[in-house]
Amino acid sequence: MSKFDRDDGVSRRKILECMTWVGTGVLWTISGGVAHSPGIIDEAAAQEARGLTFLQISDSHIGFDFKAPYPNSVGTLEEAIAKVTALPTKPAFMIHTGDISHLSLASQFDDADRVISQARLDVHYVPGEHDFVDADQKLYLERYGRGTKGAGWYSFDANGVHFIGLVNVFDLKAGGLGNLGNEQLEWLEADVKGRSASTPIVVFAHIPLWSVYPQWGWGTDDGAQALSYLKRFGSLTVLNGHIHQVMQKVEGNVTFHTARSTAFPQPAPGTAPSPGPMKVPADKLRSMLGIASVTFKQGEQRLAIIDTPLQG
Amino acid sequence: MMRTAIAAAVLGAVVGWGLAGGVVIARAQSPASAVSIDNFTFNPQKLTVKAGTTVTWTNKDDIPHGIASANNAFTRSKALDTDDSFSFTFTAPGTYEYFCYIHPHMTGTIVVEAATGSNATQ
Repeated sequence: MSKFDRDDGVSRRKILECMTWVGTGVLWTISGGVAHSPGIIDEAAAQEARGLTFLQISDSHIGFDFKAPYPNSVGTLEEAIAKVTALPTKPAFMIHTGDISHLSLASQFDDADRVISQARLDVHYVPGEHDFVDADQKLYLERYGRGTKGAGWYSFDANGVHFIGLVNVFDLKAGGLGNLGNEQLEWLEADVKGRSASTPIVVFAHIPLWSVYPQWGWGTDDGAQALSYLKRFGSLTVLNGHIHQVMQKVEGNVTFHTARSTAFPQPAPGTAPSPGPMKVPADKLRSMLGIASVTFKQGEQRLAIIDTPLQG
Repeated sequence: MMRTAIAAAVLGAVVGWGLAGGVVIARAQSPASAVSIDNFTFNPQKLTVKAGTTVTWTNKDDIPHGIASANNAFTRSKALDTDDSFSFTFTAPGTYEYFCYIHPHMTGTIVVEAATGSNATQ
């Protein structure tokens, strides 16, 4: 069985550690409930032998190139991928939580694929609303939808962890937020039915599944219903993008976390007239796309987050 | 198109109205039938026009938006990048709810009133 089954009691519930934020990606380490310092390579290597490390990138918005200080979405994605390839410990795979492209153009997906493939990692995608600009979602699904259900949802297992990629950017309703829809919810309920409550669950989707700031559309209308199917699991981690900033909430055994964008930052909720791209000086941009380390400490439910600018 | 312009003028539309040159001119010179998209909001959020009016949405944001009818009363726009526009001519009276299909919390309404008297377009 998995490594996680070797732990007893509550400790197995506390198995998720987000080890290191690397540039515009997030490096997650899941291991058997043992906290560790990411700064010590030998220890990190030992952790890797027992656990699972994967990377999250998000919101590359390839094609958003026309306004200062964001002249080069490909360039900032290349910088992020360069950070990935420079990691001393190779992640098992990468997830991309959507808005790969800015306008769902084939050329934009091409550019993204060309850069991301340089990481030489398997990549598990979910779409953002910018990847579904074409009404039938054909461009995204042709490229990334193989083996998925419906509008592109799926699940897979890695090292005893069950990963679920959800799509909440299709069939959007006037006045609504992100949407999963009944078909996907029914699939989700069936997907996790019968799984042991000790199975660690990682859910990833583009728009936050919890209500971050509905006034800006930062939430998912039927996200709570999806989470109701998952709350019996001792460890549930929900990874999202969309809001181009780090945000975290912990509720009991559920950790919600959003990743930075590789392209541009967005303002904190309510701090600007709209959620449009933040106007930051060019020399400050990479400080908005900086590094943050997130560490889980055993005996505490909260992840400790330490942000470190990529530059400056 | 001239009849449309007259209808709007009767409504007390802003000075400078002029649709005679067709849709292209209407985009630039017909504020009463224009909706601006600023800061993720439609402005005005509710617009009342006479039947036959061409309404033009223009995206002034740095992020793309898209126009879609809430009940498929009209074909949705392509994605509107910064300064892109989309126009639709409302010929039938009624209330048209629409939203941004990229950011669906953004909603707006076009109320189309019957054209009357000598201004009738039919």
